[in-house]
Amino acid sequence: MLEMIKRAKELLSDNSVDRVIGWKRDESGFNPEISVFRTAEELELFVYDGFCSANMSKMLINETKKEGKVLAFLKPCDTYSMNQLLCEHRIDREKLYIIGVGCKGKLDQRKFASLKIKGILSVSGAGFDDKNEIVAFKTVYGERKVPYKELMLERCAVCKGKEHRIFDEIIGESEETAFEERFAQIESIERMSPEERYKFFRSELSKCIRCNACRNACPACSCRKCVFDSNNFDSSQKANVDSFEEKMFHIIRSFHVSGRCTDCGECSRVCPQGIPLHLFNRKFIKDINDFYGEYQAGETSDARGPLVSFETDDPEPYDNKGRA
Amino acid sequence: MQRIGVFVCHCGSNIAATVDVKKVVEIIKNEPGVVHAEDYQYMCSEAGQAKIIEAVKEHKLTGIVVCSCSPRMHETTFRNAAARAGLNSYMVEIANIREQCSWIHKNIEEATEKAVILARAAVAKVNLNTPLFPGESRVTKRALVIGGGIAGIQTALDIADAGYEVDIVEKTPSIGGRMSQIDKTFPTLDCSACILTPKMVDAAAHKNISIYTYSEVENVSGFVGDFTVDIRKKARSVDMNKCTGCGVCQEKCPSKKTPSEFNRGLSNRSAIYTPFAQAIPNVPVIDREACIKFKTGKCGLCAKVCGAGAIDYEQEDEIVTRKYGAIVVATGFDMIKLDRFDEYAYSQSPDVITSFELERIMNAAGPTKGHLERMSDHKAPKDVVFIQCVGSRCSDERGKPYCSKVCCMYTAKHAMLIRDKYPDVNVTVFYIDVRTPGKNFDEFYRRAVEEYGVHYIKGQVGKVIPQADGSLLVRGVDLIDNRQILKKADMVVLAAAIEPNKDVRKIATMLTASIDTNNFLTEAHPKLRPVESPTAGIFLSGMSQGPKDIPETVAQAGAAAVKVIGLLAKDKLLTNPCTAKSDELLCNGCSQCANVCPYGAISYEEKLINDHGIKETRRVACVNTALCQGCGACTVTCPSGAMDLQGFSNRQIISEVDAICR
Repeated sequence: MLEMIKRAKELLSDNSVDRVIGWKRDESGFNPEISVFRTAEELELFVYDGFCSANMSKMLINETKKEGKVLAFLKPCDTYSMNQLLCEHRIDREKLYIIGVGCKGKLDQRKFASLKIKGILSVSGAGFDDKNEIVAFKTVYGERKVPYKELMLERCAVCKGKEHRIFDEIIGESEETAFEERFAQIESIERMSPEERYKFFRSELSKCIRCNACRNACPACSCRKCVFDSNNFDSSQKANVDSFEEKMFHIIRSFHVSGRCTDCGECSRVCPQGIPLHLFNRKFIKDINDFYGEYQAGETSDARGPLVSFETDDPEPYDNKGRA
Repeated sequence: MQRIGVFVCHCGSNIAATVDVKKVVEIIKNEPGVVHAEDYQYMCSEAGQAKIIEAVKEHKLTGIVVCSCSPRMHETTFRNAAARAGLNSYMVEIANIREQCSWIHKNIEEATEKAVILARAAVAKVNLNTPLFPGESRVTKRALVIGGGIAGIQTALDIADAGYEVDIVEKTPSIGGRMSQIDKTFPTLDCSACILTPKMVDAAAHKNISIYTYSEVENVSGFVGDFTVDIRKKARSVDMNKCTGCGVCQEKCPSKKTPSEFNRGLSNRSAIYTPFAQAIPNVPVIDREACIKFKTGKCGLCAKVCGAGAIDYEQEDEIVTRKYGAIVVATGFDMIKLDRFDEYAYSQSPDVITSFELERIMNAAGPTKGHLERMSDHKAPKDVVFIQCVGSRCSDERGKPYCSKVCCMYTAKHAMLIRDKYPDVNVTVFYIDVRTPGKNFDEFYRRAVEEYGVHYIKGQVGKVIPQADGSLLVRGVDLIDNRQILKKADMVVLAAAIEPNKDVRKIATMLTASIDTNNFLTEAHPKLRPVESPTAGIFLSGMSQGPKDIPETVAQAGAAAVKVIGLLAKDKLLTNPCTAKSDELLCNGCSQCANVCPYGAISYEEKLINDHGIKETRRVACVNTALCQGCGACTVTCPSGAMDLQGFSNRQIISEVDAICR
């Protein structure tokens, strides 16, 4: 982490970049927030540890619109979103300096909260330079130790790999943390009867309060104006037939991001109601893989996804191996 | 708010017998925007149109809904009527209550309810319609014919005779196509080459026709009236201008082991070759895969013997880019491969042949100089068995579901020719049905049976078993006598199913012309527009559209030519205003629309945008309306809904759906 701060200071001082986007330590020590740093002094509060789970790529859309160059620290999985945004011409690469930072899996605030640990004085074991095996909570009632893996985000359980897909330089080591089958849950949902499945999603989506956190965090939801906010479309103004119709928002959203979603899991991570929203997107990913062959959005910055490419010699109709 | 008039057509009893049209009128009157509704016996008639025009004036209508047949039938009729009444043509919507309602339902109550729903959807759409204005585009007065067989040659000749330029692009080294491989033609038994060759010569000599042989269409862009086509002229390795066609090179060429395409692989040809004696142009090509010079660098014999110095090993493929107003597809056919019909022992015995191979064997210029002989031992056969419908009318996926149409007739022809030339040869034909519709066709078949004593057996062959003595045992069934048949034969001829040329799929994709599940090109209307593709400016000629014999092919070729001439005779075309349009304020600049556009109609520009006071340069999509065909692929790809189709906007479609679901 110190090396990150050092490099940030160097790049600021030689005017290679104008500002740095990173995480800022908060009072609790386990809830860092994303912040823009302009000076070496401000960087004293810079932090990078297991709690820095947010995907920062999307914020760079607006950040790169401003004057001057930005330094961004991206985890391996953030670089997929970055590539996808570059594919879609949403970010000006010229205005960006990317330092790929190491990642050994990030922690899930929700899992952490579910432990109901009270009176936390400090947390250790989740630092960038720690081994990330045990998280130790020092509380007024004594110390509590939890295996790091138990607190990891779902997206880390199905980690796409330790490789940064786009960067100018790399700091720190990464580890591939995957320990679960990516599509296992999708497959179990596919095995449900239509009634069971409807019930499952209805019960999950009924929790939605339409706070739009998923949309705001999602790097694929990057439209200048969302169709749900635009008065050009009746979707934003229509009275709902029943209370569930409102929740169709998620289904429409997953269609809109299909083929572009990198499976970064931000939607589920930020949902205050704990809805596993990533399941919709992952189902699309699985279907795209089945229909057109393996495809991972964001692997490169010039890829054309199967849903948005057309070649005159496309096989027609496709079988599940992408051949005629 | 629109003032909408709804006109419900009875279509005689076509609609009125199943839909209570009076009730539709009563209910639809209450729809928002509707100020007038009436029904009439034939809305498309002069009197019906007059009613519409009258109502527009009387009720100051701003929009019209006609509940009638498919818009493909009469949308233009009603649009023109609206224009005569002083309305914009695009303020008319059709609710199809015939094909999509009365014709497919029996219950009056249900059909009436559905008719009302369809009318409501159309009313909901018209409420959001805006006047649209077609643009104009120019017409390049030249046609392209893809394929130089009899279909392509005839189409080209007819267009050229009308005074327009035509280019023929032919994949093989010579024009002539399949007809040049055929020996005799039914039902008159005149020699195929004798009637084809003069046409080939006419085409080559015609001042309006340019022929590109050994060439392929590589890329097509543009639209009706203004296509731009890249033609790849494959390297012939022979200079067309210098070659005198003397043929010495072919005689001297030491590489003579390549199966002759023209003789269906029954004989070999040299590496430098003209496919057949009457080839046009009479200039050979070097098959670089077979040529020793190209494979090893040594040889060069043809160059040494060529008195004209025409051999050019350095020649390269050339891309010629030409503009056309219309394109005719005449890519023809082939026979299906028989590797999935192993029961007929085609791959096991050289004496089991296809009809096309027999065609070459019977031909005086063929591999046996016209003598009927077995390919295994070159002996004359005593018993010849023909098997019909090999892969045609086939219910499983090995073959084709359709009737190949020409096999019954050419089999009768083959049988007759054999019996005529070799009266001691027994000829048996196994058939499912004998189909002989056509002028003088049934008489022809009857002659084969009655005068020439060809033995026809109704029934299929289960297996052909090659015997140790070189003969073939045919195991079949006689359905009329209801008994099994075991028959010894010296030669078995298979009437393999016909399929469209393999390249048609690639060409259809380039032209965005639709093809059916059997890879035949689809007509704009199977009855009323049989020589036009649904894609404007693309026309169909010959077997690429469906199985047909030579007279039919020539007739269709002429019909396609007339359609082309009709198009080229125009100076300007009206363009469809229902094209995509991008809302610059909503566009993200993501390029997804450009990626899916099959017509290359979308480009991106850096543009200064004023978004409610915020001025910034943004990357935004721009649609070239001349190229856009209004397919809508971009509108469904656009995540922000910036891309919309004029006349079929997202809002219009959603409001239609809402009206239906109400």
